[in-house]
Amino acid sequence: MVTEELSARQLRDRIAAGQITSVEAAEAVFKRIEELEPVIGAYISTYHDRALETAADVDRRLIAGEPVGRLAGVPVAVKDNMCTTFGATTCASKILENFHAPYNATVVEKLLAADAVIVGKTNMDEFAMGSSTENSGLKQTVNPWDTTRVPGGSSGGSAAAVAARLCFAALGSDTGGSIRQPAGFCGVVGLKPTYGRVSRFGLVAYGSSLDQIGPVTRTVADSALMMNVIAGHDPADSTSVDEAAAPVCDYLEKLNEPLKKLKIAIVPEFGAGADEQVQKAMTEAIDVYKKLGAQIVEIDMPHLDYAIAAYYIIATAEASSNLARYDGVHYGHRSEKATDYVEVYSKSRAEAFGKEVKRRIMLGTYALSSGYYDAYYLKALKVRNLIRGDFTSAFEKCDCIMMPVSPTVAFKIGEKIDDPLQMYLSDIYTIAANLAGVPGISVPCGFDQNNLPIGLQILAPAFAEDKLLAIARMFEKETDWHTKMPAIIT
Amino acid sequence: MAKKIDQAQVRKVAKLSRLELTEAEVEEFTGQLRAILDYVEKMNELDTTNVEPLAHCLPLSNVFRQDRVKESLGTEKTLGNAPQRDGEFFKVPKILDDSSGA
Amino acid sequence: MSELQHKVIVGLEIHVQLCTKSKMFCGCAAEFGAEPNSRVCPVCLGMPGVLPVMNKQAFEYAVLVGLALNCRIAAFTKWDRKSYYYPDLPKNYQISQYDLPLSTNGYIEIPLESGRTKKVRITRAHLEEDAGKNLHTAGDFSQVDLNRTGTPLLEIVTEPDMSSGAEVRALAAELQRMVRFLGVSEADMQKGHMRFEPNINLVITKDGRQYKTPIVEIKNLNSFRALERSVDYEEQRQLDEFLETGEVMEMGNKTTRGWDDEREVTVLQREKEEAHDYRYFPEPDLVPVELTDAWLEEIRGRLCELPIKKQIRFVEQYKLSDYDAGVLTADRSTAEFFDEVVKAGGDPKRACNWVTQDGLRLAKERGCRVDELGISPQQVAELTNMIVMGDVSATAATAISDIMVTSPDLSARRIAEEHNLIQKSDADELEAIVDQVIAANPNAVEDVTSGGKKSKKARGFLLGQVMQKTRGQANPKVVSEILAKKLG
Repeated sequence: MVTEELSARQLRDRIAAGQITSVEAAEAVFKRIEELEPVIGAYISTYHDRALETAADVDRRLIAGEPVGRLAGVPVAVKDNMCTTFGATTCASKILENFHAPYNATVVEKLLAADAVIVGKTNMDEFAMGSSTENSGLKQTVNPWDTTRVPGGSSGGSAAAVAARLCFAALGSDTGGSIRQPAGFCGVVGLKPTYGRVSRFGLVAYGSSLDQIGPVTRTVADSALMMNVIAGHDPADSTSVDEAAAPVCDYLEKLNEPLKKLKIAIVPEFGAGADEQVQKAMTEAIDVYKKLGAQIVEIDMPHLDYAIAAYYIIATAEASSNLARYDGVHYGHRSEKATDYVEVYSKSRAEAFGKEVKRRIMLGTYALSSGYYDAYYLKALKVRNLIRGDFTSAFEKCDCIMMPVSPTVAFKIGEKIDDPLQMYLSDIYTIAANLAGVPGISVPCGFDQNNLPIGLQILAPAFAEDKLLAIARMFEKETDWHTKMPAIIT
Repeated sequence: MAKKIDQAQVRKVAKLSRLELTEAEVEEFTGQLRAILDYVEKMNELDTTNVEPLAHCLPLSNVFRQDRVKESLGTEKTLGNAPQRDGEFFKVPKILDDSSGA
Repeated sequence: MSELQHKVIVGLEIHVQLCTKSKMFCGCAAEFGAEPNSRVCPVCLGMPGVLPVMNKQAFEYAVLVGLALNCRIAAFTKWDRKSYYYPDLPKNYQISQYDLPLSTNGYIEIPLESGRTKKVRITRAHLEEDAGKNLHTAGDFSQVDLNRTGTPLLEIVTEPDMSSGAEVRALAAELQRMVRFLGVSEADMQKGHMRFEPNINLVITKDGRQYKTPIVEIKNLNSFRALERSVDYEEQRQLDEFLETGEVMEMGNKTTRGWDDEREVTVLQREKEEAHDYRYFPEPDLVPVELTDAWLEEIRGRLCELPIKKQIRFVEQYKLSDYDAGVLTADRSTAEFFDEVVKAGGDPKRACNWVTQDGLRLAKERGCRVDELGISPQQVAELTNMIVMGDVSATAATAISDIMVTSPDLSARRIAEEHNLIQKSDADELEAIVDQVIAANPNAVEDVTSGGKKSKKARGFLLGQVMQKTRGQANPKVVSEILAKKLG
């Protein structure tokens, strides 16, 4: 039977063993979508018929004894900023509402090659710009743990879908915390791999030097399984790392390798800004590791405080250029009011972009414009180097760094929407990893008094995803936070 | 440090960004951008005189493809998402100035 | 009247399309003349989510030109985005190079009419992607064709070292010849493979004071002729304008003018409302290039002797005229074929004549290059020596060449023999025939020996008689000598 407790890996194994059929799994997921999606709003589009066809094909091949992929029959979701040849790829933006990509993102190709059953494409902040999914131009997603609260963002749809069991695993993208923070808010696992580990080809760019695709899953093992499918070099992405330089391993196989003399760094001054309940959960989480024999070292990372400032210049500068292509000429929304070609640009963009997108385009354009480049953009790149330096020296002293995912639990819908700076400041713990390019994971580590999930963030050196997952798995084995389910599904 | 962003600059940036803003938006964005930029000025607390700018996180270089022809999309797929087309062309309102940069 | 002198100063911005098979960042064919929007893929269409990957050949071609332009080649180079909105630029930014171009500080040597050469400094040469094409001929709207989008383009910027339309034209022609020699561009101006944008102004000395007129950039030049004439036109126009308005160069008064080919005038182009702010920043989707010494040397190994050097050498080494050397070095295959003929022992002057006349004629007839005629340099060398030795006449040589094309296995001598094209140069044999002609034409002999005004004509008549008797095979030079000996 397809139960709520079942993880993606368990489901895959049972499908492979013939205990559950892929069609049963897909039908169970679509039944839940039918029940809960009207409340949760996790999906921009779903693909019932297509999914069931794929599932039936997997079942047929299993019966025929043909080889199947690593995710055979597992219903998964994809954030709607990854291109698919089926359906639209909207980025939750009106400007791409009817955009049909003529190609698949590399990660989508990899999911399909692994025989995953793609259920649908998830909601997000428009062009991944936001921390609450409230900036979606198409719909609202709520947090399954409290439907008056945000699911986090920008991969809010993916996190909500996984938490509400509307799929078994999902892909998100993380530019400044967009996988880890919603995973934390929704009580699931979210991994941002090292920059260059997973191909960005087909991921609609927001901040190109920061964007990275990663899994959102119920368990650490599921993230390892997803990484086994999506990680690796892609000749179509010049920033994807050659496997000779940084080999991809079997993350699932290495998951339970014992880690001896684990050294964990914490950054006391930096972590102090978090809410009391978050800090308490953190302390308890660190205690779990202590009990397992880990050594805790306190370190100073003096430049982390400047990460938000540097990030909102670099990310928006890149975004202002990346989003210049949405101009109503070759694809996407075109204003009907335009009378000349310049108006095709300015009116189409004004009509179809949401406020946050406009704000970031403006900020980024300003930071790159003549007379301001040195003061903002160039300065931010230098600060970025200092932040990376903080990580380099930190990892000389430890195996990983732990800190909260966010200073708070999921906030109320509408709470921060009118104050963009306050919204930006909530990314304080996640942003540095993107600036430094290092991998980070968010794992459930407790709940606050309102039964809202809290996430533990673990950061590791570049390309040490195997170690990062194993460290996260140590914690998961000792705790049962990941088995808790939002009331809405039971 | 640069002087605080004002409405005139916001209008200029909007023009550079090809975004038509309403008066209300100009006002709103001026305040918000000013608050964000005030916060960003925090970076000036750091002395970065001898720090190299870091545009790429990864020490990668020399990534190339071989000069091989691959199949194109074909005209129909190329124009498949076009808001307006004229036969085999994308169609736009008449361009009167010549400001091609290439 | 006040004393007034002026000097025109021209710098060039040049775009050369590199002839790679595929585009710069994607696998679409880089070809001219295909159906509109048929050489386009998600990458060059700038679709959401696409990423560029650099064509190695394009990069190496760019380095090769940098080397040929005597530039300093950067050991580390990177890519930047240049932002501007235009319908032929689907991403609304162009991938280019800003602060770390791959080559800087070079020069190109150009031939001047005097036969001397001049060095024009090259500021920089960098690689970038081409835009598509906007067409404005359809009616009250414009059409966009993206086939050209993403074609590799080398942008070359010169210092303002040229001081006449003729020099600008000479540079253009020299650069065309150079990139064709290097095999990196078809360099056809009509097809837009080479685009020149001169920046022109004048330095005027009036009453002992110097004035600089505002810089004008000229666009829409699609021939060398237009390039030269536009500079000459602009020289006069700026002079007239200065005399009328006295306007001098200052920040922000540079203008762009388009060349009207029919009226042969430059026309002020509509200015954009705002100044350009290209917002260059490092392209995050591409990684830098580190050019190792070994790699650079490998590319240097692909350099050939440049046309200007060959031209000078042909003049000095083979005593050819500058004009002939210029014709020979108009393209690499012709120049190299000539070199091969000389190496195979051919007489340089005759080899030059053969290549520039029979060779190029046959090549044109057949639509191929001289070296593709199937005639080997050895065959030509033999033929030139037969001409020198007097074994064949120039006329016969042409006939032999025509036969060689269809019978490439036969030597020049064998063809000459088989077709009775060998000249009779044997003095004894010819003397007997001359004696017969003298005996048969006493009147003409009389005219020659009397030395009157009929003498020259009569001598020609006697020579013609000998040629007739030998069916054209007598060596006229030898016959003339015999006649001179016999008749004085």
